[in-house]
Amino acid sequence: MFSLATILENIKTLIENYWQVFIFEGVKYTLILSAIAVFFGSIFGVVIALGRMSNWKPLRFLNKKKAKKGIVHAISEFNPISFLCSAYTEILRDTPLLLQLYLFVIILPTIIKVADFSMFTWTSIALALNSAAYVSELIRSGIQAVDKGQTEAARSLGMNKIQTMIRVVLPQAVKNILPAIGSEFVTIIKETSMASTFFIGDLMTSYLKVKGATYLALEALIIVAIIYFILTFFLSKVILAYERRLNSK
Amino acid sequence: MIQTIDLYKSFGDLQVLKGINEHVAPREVISIIGPSGGGKSTFLRCLNMLETPDSGQIIFEGVDITNEKVDIDLHRQKMGMVFQHFNVFPHLSVLENVTLAPTVVKKISKIEANEQAMELLNRVGLADKANESATSLSGGQKQRLAIVRALAMEPDVMLFDEPTSALDPEMVGEVLDVIKGLVKDGMTSVIVTHEMGFAKEVSDRVVFMDGGIVAEEGTPDEIFNNPQNPRTKDFLSKVLY
Ligand SMILES: Nc1ncnc2c1ncn2[C@@H]1O[C@H](COP(=O)(O)OP(=O)(O)OP(=O)(O)O)[C@@H](O)[C@H]1O
Ligand SMILES: [Mg+2]
Repeated sequence: MFSLATILENIKTLIENYWQVFIFEGVKYTLILSAIAVFFGSIFGVVIALGRMSNWKPLRFLNKKKAKKGIVHAISEFNPISFLCSAYTEILRDTPLLLQLYLFVIILPTIIKVADFSMFTWTSIALALNSAAYVSELIRSGIQAVDKGQTEAARSLGMNKIQTMIRVVLPQAVKNILPAIGSEFVTIIKETSMASTFFIGDLMTSYLKVKGATYLALEALIIVAIIYFILTFFLSKVILAYERRLNSK
Repeated sequence: MIQTIDLYKSFGDLQVLKGINEHVAPREVISIIGPSGGGKSTFLRCLNMLETPDSGQIIFEGVDITNEKVDIDLHRQKMGMVFQHFNVFPHLSVLENVTLAPTVVKKISKIEANEQAMELLNRVGLADKANESATSLSGGQKQRLAIVRALAMEPDVMLFDEPTSALDPEMVGEVLDVIKGLVKDGMTSVIVTHEMGFAKEVSDRVVFMDGGIVAEEGTPDEIFNNPQNPRTKDFLSKVLY
């Protein structure tokens, strides 16, 4: 029954008849979803990362005696912005993406009614918010990997915090961050497959469609697997080459 | 020019500075020597508030810079600092290392900054490297660059934290020569160093720090030829063989 020849033959037929579904729906929407998630996720991720590293301590005035320990010290060191940003990151990283997708695609639309928000839009938002949590951590660790001596040198020259960040720290951090965001893109490409739960049109949705029409589950799955592999494999190689170029400079 | 009054600083439970009262006069050159962990770096880093003291005051040109309302960036422009590990900016060229702060902080024009930087680089023999990446320099060249980078802000005082400790022995001389030149031109300097011969040669005053206090201070002759404190004697006998 299961002969390799039949499977290969079926795969050939599927490609001939459905290649447009795989390429112009599957690959297209998977790449669009991933790009949206990483792009907006990165922008929002920068905001979250800066928020986490902010130094705003509105209750500092409570610690008049400059205590270095104890409850007064702890309260006076409280940074609400940093706290909220950490909470955001932790919650999104410590709950399943599928759960977040359910929240945004099924539940939120019944509460927040935005007329022209499609399921695709809600999925994009969920993926971008999730990606932001991961990207913010990449940015934060990229920034913290820059030698502290660099900041000290800049500050000792009279540069303020913002000047130091923009002119000295970030240009060096970018070398650590960009390749990591590239890897995040690869991860996201695979994670968009969860969007097929809502029949969004991504690669995994193409599989569901083709399987539904032909009952050739194994063959359709093999095709989709090969496409995913090609996408992520080559993207990883491109990132690696780019990383090498950055480091050789 | 700089006066510290009763400076205290601890890291957690470790008390590193235990009441430092010092005074740096204009054009004075002070060397700080002492055993590892004695608080030399911490003291120096307090002078430009890279470390915030727990208590005490630092009066710089008449202003108490430990006051939180003081714009510390403004005062740091007047205090150059040179670090043990150079901390040159690796993403910039040699020239850009020097011009960054003047253009960003003082907002002087790029042309003017370049001109001034080239003059300074020329003085330390780095003019021909101006357009190379700072990472391509040798240790001694990096440290000379770091000194010039600080000088470009036209500081009133220079703080050196073991400027030659991270260098290969054959490069120590070129950096010390640059510092000697500066000192000869009248630059007020505070130098933490393990180079006793150098301290002896350039200093007006030598400060021996041990266990978070100034254990002894005096002219190079007093400290090196006739130390009074047994801890100074002990330290010197170890470093001078
Ligand atoms: N940021 C910090 N956090 C915790 N402990 C610190 C910190 N900086 C310095 N110390 C500790 O404070 C003590 C004094 O350090 P400091 O660097 O001032 O000594 P030093 O005299 O410069 O020594 P060395 O000759 O080794 O440079 C050391 O025990 C050191 O471990
Ligand atoms: Mg030190």
